[in-house]
Amino acid sequence: METHLKHTPLREWHVRHGARMVPFAGWEMPVHYASGALQEHRLVRTSAGIFDISHMGQLEVRGTDTVAYLEQIISSTMETLGVGNSRYGLICDTSGAVLDDLFVYRLPDKWWIVVNAANTDSDYAWFTQHLNSYMVEVSNVSDQTAMLAVQGPAAIEIMDEVSGGAVSPIARFAAAECSIAGVVCLVGRTGYTGEDGVELFLDAGDAQTVWDAILTSEVGRRADLAPIGLAARDSLRFEPGFALYGHEISREVTPVEARLTWACDLQRDFIGRDAIAARKEAGPQRKLCTFTLTDRGVPREGCEIYAAGAKIGSVVTGMFAPTVEAYAGNAFVDSAYAKVGTEFEVDIRGKRKAAVVVKRPLYKPAYK
Amino acid sequence: MTFDKDVKYLESHEWARKDGDVVVCGISDYAQDSLGDVVFVELPEVGQTLKKGDAFGVVESVKAASDVYMPVSGEIVETNGVLEETPETINEDPFGDGWLIKIQPSDVSEYEGLMSAEDYKAYTEGLED
Repeated sequence: METHLKHTPLREWHVRHGARMVPFAGWEMPVHYASGALQEHRLVRTSAGIFDISHMGQLEVRGTDTVAYLEQIISSTMETLGVGNSRYGLICDTSGAVLDDLFVYRLPDKWWIVVNAANTDSDYAWFTQHLNSYMVEVSNVSDQTAMLAVQGPAAIEIMDEVSGGAVSPIARFAAAECSIAGVVCLVGRTGYTGEDGVELFLDAGDAQTVWDAILTSEVGRRADLAPIGLAARDSLRFEPGFALYGHEISREVTPVEARLTWACDLQRDFIGRDAIAARKEAGPQRKLCTFTLTDRGVPREGCEIYAAGAKIGSVVTGMFAPTVEAYAGNAFVDSAYAKVGTEFEVDIRGKRKAAVVVKRPLYKPAYK
Repeated sequence: MTFDKDVKYLESHEWARKDGDVVVCGISDYAQDSLGDVVFVELPEVGQTLKKGDAFGVVESVKAASDVYMPVSGEIVETNGVLEETPETINEDPFGDGWLIKIQPSDVSEYEGLMSAEDYKAYTEGLED
């Protein structure tokens, strides 16, 4: 089975540097390095970490009808997205079920779309199925593209050193081309950790050069910059309340249950719009909530939730959240139980543990 | 990787050490390294009597929950309270401060039947891919 796993261009580096490799979305990826996931998490919150996230997919769209074409597929507004800026959005089917979430960067010569590794092929198929008569070209450039992220309070200073000061002028959610160690990279002031930082896109063949240049930078060394695996990536995205496909969003929910209607422009048509608007109007039967355990234990995905003796929901993400130092999770529960302060019980291996719904997010992003 | 020579091992990666009348039990360095950062430990009530091979608790790391098994039959006489607040002690000192339980064994011969450090090391090497 493992022979079919895809490798990022940095796979050998990860193995040589003590990474524990695991299968994830069809890729062999580092889950953590020798220092462990908790220390990696804390390093990103207090200093800086570097991520190889080359498993993520990238689509390129060009053509005169791109705005109308993308607005057919994507829930958020594309028309008002300025050149050199980026925006979060969802793709849904006609029933409003979430097929994926994505980030769209509007560049001078093309639109650059970042999608989840597990959905790259199905997203690309969805995009090509909806070409209709639009004057656009869509290509899947995932295989030739490496994606790195540098995140944390020291990230921008590190990136300034390796780019000759080109990164700090990039505003939050903006993107620009920068030269790093002689390699042209698209640098977005974006990320998935709740910290300031960047995401970089470059030719896969240049990944090692850029990775090494960032890791060996003077500021990076001073900041104890280190590689971060998928386990810390998950806890870092959970605390500030970012959705992960297959957990907070999936084909089982619409953006209404997932509390993502802010990413849906219901004033115009897009695939799934009517179903989402109707669901919003009727009020969802269940809703996403964040909870912390008041008893001790680790909630895990799939744990059932009970109140007054009845099952009222289940956990979609659960963990020890390192920054807030709490056993916490996200769950879909009957809407009546989703309000802050509501108490319920989480079934952890047959034991009912007391939990309370808390205000989202657990951790306020540092750049807000 | 440390294979403490003063303790005996189980295939399920616990270690056991005779300490006077009682048997102290924890998880091996190999186990803590495989699990990654430990974030929660569930231990039995003192006074409970369990059989060799029974699950007596759970060690939970960032990514997974693993049952831990009795190395010998007997009564639980003490549990390591330190682990409630600092479960990471298991990663830091698996054979020392990271111990899990102390057992009053009902049959000491069960202890003698456990694996030596040498055998356990060979066993773990056989587990590598």
